[in-house]
Amino acid sequence: MKIMRLLGLTALALTVGGTAQAENVKIGVVLPFSGANADLGHQVDKAFDLYVKLHAKDIAPNTVELVKRDEGPPTGANAKTAATELITNDKVSLLAGFVFSPSAIALAPVVTQAKVPMIIANAGTAWITNLSPYIVRLSFSMWHHGFPMGAYAYNKIGCKTAALAYTDFPPGKDSTEAFKTGFEKVGGKIVDSVPMGSPVQVPDFTPFFQKIKDEKPDCMYVFIPSGAHAAGVMKAYGELGMRKAGVKLIGPMDLIPDNKLQDMGDAAIGTIVMGNYAVDLDNAANKAFNAEWHKAYGKDSYPDFMSAAGWDTMHAIFDTIKKVNGKVDDGAKFVDAMKGWSANGPRGHVSIDPATRDIVQDENAMEVIRKPDGKLGVKVLGTTKAVKDECKIEKIGRCGS
Amino acid sequence: MPHFVIIAVSILFDGLAYAMFLFITSVGLSVTMGLMGFVNLAHGAFAMAGGYVVVTLTRTLGIGFVPALAISAVVVGAVSVVFERFLYRRLYKSNDLEQVLLTIGLAFMAIATATYFYGPIPKSVPLPEWLQGDINLGFRSFPSYRAFLIVLGVVLIAVLWYGFERTNIGAKIRAAVDNRRMAESVGINVDLLFTLTFAVGSGLAALGGGLAIQLFGLSPNFAVLYLVLFLIVVAVGGLGSLKGTLLAALVLGIFDTAGKYLLADAGGFFIYAVTVVVLLIKPAGFYGRE
Amino acid sequence: MAASERTIPDRKATRERAAEYLLRRHRFRPAEALPWLIAIAVYFVFPDRMTFGSQVVIMVMFALSLDLILGYAGIVTLGHAAFFGIGAYTVGLGAARLGWTEPISGLFAAAIVSAFFGFLTGWFLLRYRGLTLLMLTLATAIMLQEAGNLRSDFSGGYDGLPGLVFKPVLGLFDYDLYGHTNYIYALVVLAVVFFFVRRIVYSPFGQALTGIRENVRRMHAIGSPVHRRLVTVYTIGAGIAGIAGALFTQTNAYVTLTVFDFDNSAKVMVMLILGGTGRLYGAFVGAVVYMVLEDKLSKLSPTFWQFGIGLLLVLGVLFAPRGLLGLLENAGKYLSKFRSKP
Repeated sequence: MKIMRLLGLTALALTVGGTAQAENVKIGVVLPFSGANADLGHQVDKAFDLYVKLHAKDIAPNTVELVKRDEGPPTGANAKTAATELITNDKVSLLAGFVFSPSAIALAPVVTQAKVPMIIANAGTAWITNLSPYIVRLSFSMWHHGFPMGAYAYNKIGCKTAALAYTDFPPGKDSTEAFKTGFEKVGGKIVDSVPMGSPVQVPDFTPFFQKIKDEKPDCMYVFIPSGAHAAGVMKAYGELGMRKAGVKLIGPMDLIPDNKLQDMGDAAIGTIVMGNYAVDLDNAANKAFNAEWHKAYGKDSYPDFMSAAGWDTMHAIFDTIKKVNGKVDDGAKFVDAMKGWSANGPRGHVSIDPATRDIVQDENAMEVIRKPDGKLGVKVLGTTKAVKDECKIEKIGRCGS
Repeated sequence: MPHFVIIAVSILFDGLAYAMFLFITSVGLSVTMGLMGFVNLAHGAFAMAGGYVVVTLTRTLGIGFVPALAISAVVVGAVSVVFERFLYRRLYKSNDLEQVLLTIGLAFMAIATATYFYGPIPKSVPLPEWLQGDINLGFRSFPSYRAFLIVLGVVLIAVLWYGFERTNIGAKIRAAVDNRRMAESVGINVDLLFTLTFAVGSGLAALGGGLAIQLFGLSPNFAVLYLVLFLIVVAVGGLGSLKGTLLAALVLGIFDTAGKYLLADAGGFFIYAVTVVVLLIKPAGFYGRE
Repeated sequence: MAASERTIPDRKATRERAAEYLLRRHRFRPAEALPWLIAIAVYFVFPDRMTFGSQVVIMVMFALSLDLILGYAGIVTLGHAAFFGIGAYTVGLGAARLGWTEPISGLFAAAIVSAFFGFLTGWFLLRYRGLTLLMLTLATAIMLQEAGNLRSDFSGGYDGLPGLVFKPVLGLFDYDLYGHTNYIYALVVLAVVFFFVRRIVYSPFGQALTGIRENVRRMHAIGSPVHRRLVTVYTIGAGIAGIAGALFTQTNAYVTLTVFDFDNSAKVMVMLILGGTGRLYGAFVGAVVYMVLEDKLSKLSPTFWQFGIGLLLVLGVLFAPRGLLGLLENAGKYLSKFRSKP
């Protein structure tokens, strides 16, 4: 009789356990897969795919399905159409990705109306997270890098005066504004602010840099879109012999994207940037991340800060799916569950600020050096822990709305 | 030395280097448009092709930068003959719009091909020692590469001027630009002239493309991104005129540099404002004919 | 017969008879209902692609505006996106800075503002032709974009004007996530605009335009006020492009400076050429085919899509210079010849 009871109970338990619904969570991935910025999209996409592949078992029996659409160019219209259709046609429960700020901005009213969480893996305009209670950002705001760099440059690098040079579009203005706020707060003096043309074409940086060189600031803080512009900046800086002339080159990590660093040559050595990630970052999670990346994508392929953010984005999503037991239908609940998430990722310790739904992460001051193996790399000079987005803290400009 | 003189020297030097690049790349377009009356919007694609050939020659085959430039110009010039003979020739009598569309289509195909073989990430070239670094004259140092650009530009201008003004072929070209029918009726083989001019023009574009790598980096979008610039130089200078292209390149190059240096806020504006002003006053450009 | 013995016909009566003749010749044919029926059918067959649908309708309108200028008057311009952008920003800035959120009056405002710019620029620029005009129109569009970026605190710059909210259309139809309202709204506006354009094209004015396109010297010789006509059509085309731009901002609830991109001017030109210029419905065919192909093919491989479009242009110019509609016409002629053979 006891055995029968045992069997009966076991059968009951199995049936109950068995009928617990295995949810298939559909995630709409919106990234640029075409055009000039396709390689940015691919960097994030690869990280997404890698995480899903390696951690699928973490959320079993629930599964995750990525439905991918092209974000298109940074006009916002394509992203809006793509994401809206993901919501209405493909019936995704979450949206993830978004390299360009205009895409995220365009979608804010849509996700509020549809009550679908939008998890941002890159777009960096500070006030984006204010636009909708359904937006959570895992990447960074321009102020994460710019603001701490201001104080660091003054105190630790010896920059008493600085000049700003930036590509003339919102991220450029945002980033230099952030640096200026932090720099002037500790007593630094900005001698000039030079806009350097639109983001579409890589300009000849020489006239801009020559002008700054003649003004002899201690440091030059440069913001340019990561990619082609970075190489041009380094070339112009080297050609004009600015380091010899005593003008140090500083900026956010966009200045030395990992996959272009090797091409930059000696001119880059000595550049100091503030950022949340570099391939050389020394922590266990990053080592594992790099190892898995090379295994999956070859030894000549490197992750960069976008890949690291993409990885952490998927990580946060997966952890939250587990937390809500796969029940992702309630968007507001999902976002709530994501607030306060924290983990150790390739970037170090990261968490989501429940008040702003924006990321809190460590910012590292890094210097470009030539490593013993001959390749260019970075050395971490100092780390500011748990940096929040200063723009929202001080409610500057649009961050205050 | 007074400050404003230093600024003036900086602007002139940088502007001159930029102008040389514009001249080298655009002169081919000006002459072919003036000679053949053909709107070739694929000119930027030829420049881009030249750049990529230089990249392959220097990076994959280890050839030096300067020899690679020369080889690239010859190769692209030769290949352009094929396009001229089999494609462009059919549209010499067509209207502007069709030529625009055909050549834009070619440009798109070129961009896609470049993306396929080289990927979207911008490329750079290894420069020889003597082109890196700078020349220090005390009050200012001048990047060697740009000095090289200026010297090369001057040499090419001299060669082209001599070829245009002093040789038989140059005379024939000038005659054909002035009055094609007349030139044909005195026995000038205009067809052959077209092909030759086109080849030289495309070769020069390729040279410009190769030189541009160090200035702007090279990505597949180069073909259309800088096309606007070349068209502006040609329009402002006047079709079919060597002098015009040179003057336009100088004016635009120096104004653009001055704008970036003195009024960075409105930087991009200058080159277009100058274009509009010149074209409103002289619609055919500096040395064009109505 | 002496000149004085000939009766000089009453000029007004002649003109009236000419207009009447044209209207009779171009009265609505049943086949013309086809594109509209298809557009309505799409609403029922693809209800979940209405967001995309509205964007296609907007592109049709944009291409139509270019057809007036390029197809009928023969003006080759590389800066048509300027007017699209002006219309888009009239509505955008109106909503963001002035709180003007009523959609239909917004359309009117956009039409007037862009038509005004069209008039202003046209009056100066249309004295030139060829490469000069190409560069001037291109420079104008770029300078507008740069100006917008200069005052980006006002215009929103490349991050644009987000979170625009518009009142329901006619106070009744609210916007839904699926974009149903937007599609119908855009389609109705397109219909109104289209009938207006059709009227113009089949009027004596439209005939004059064709004359200018085909042989401008002769038009000058017969005393036709060429410049005035060109400026008029350029103004109308600009106004319609402005309406398309306004719809763009309203349906997306967002606008950035990228509306002024050269890419936009080039894209609309390709669409129009694809369908066939000077044939009102060419805009429909070209825009629809291009947008649908782009939607399907660029997902597969963006590189191949770009190559394909380039190849299409090259082949088109060589073998089908009058666009898809031209091909259809040729096919039709060929078939009727075939049928009429005994």
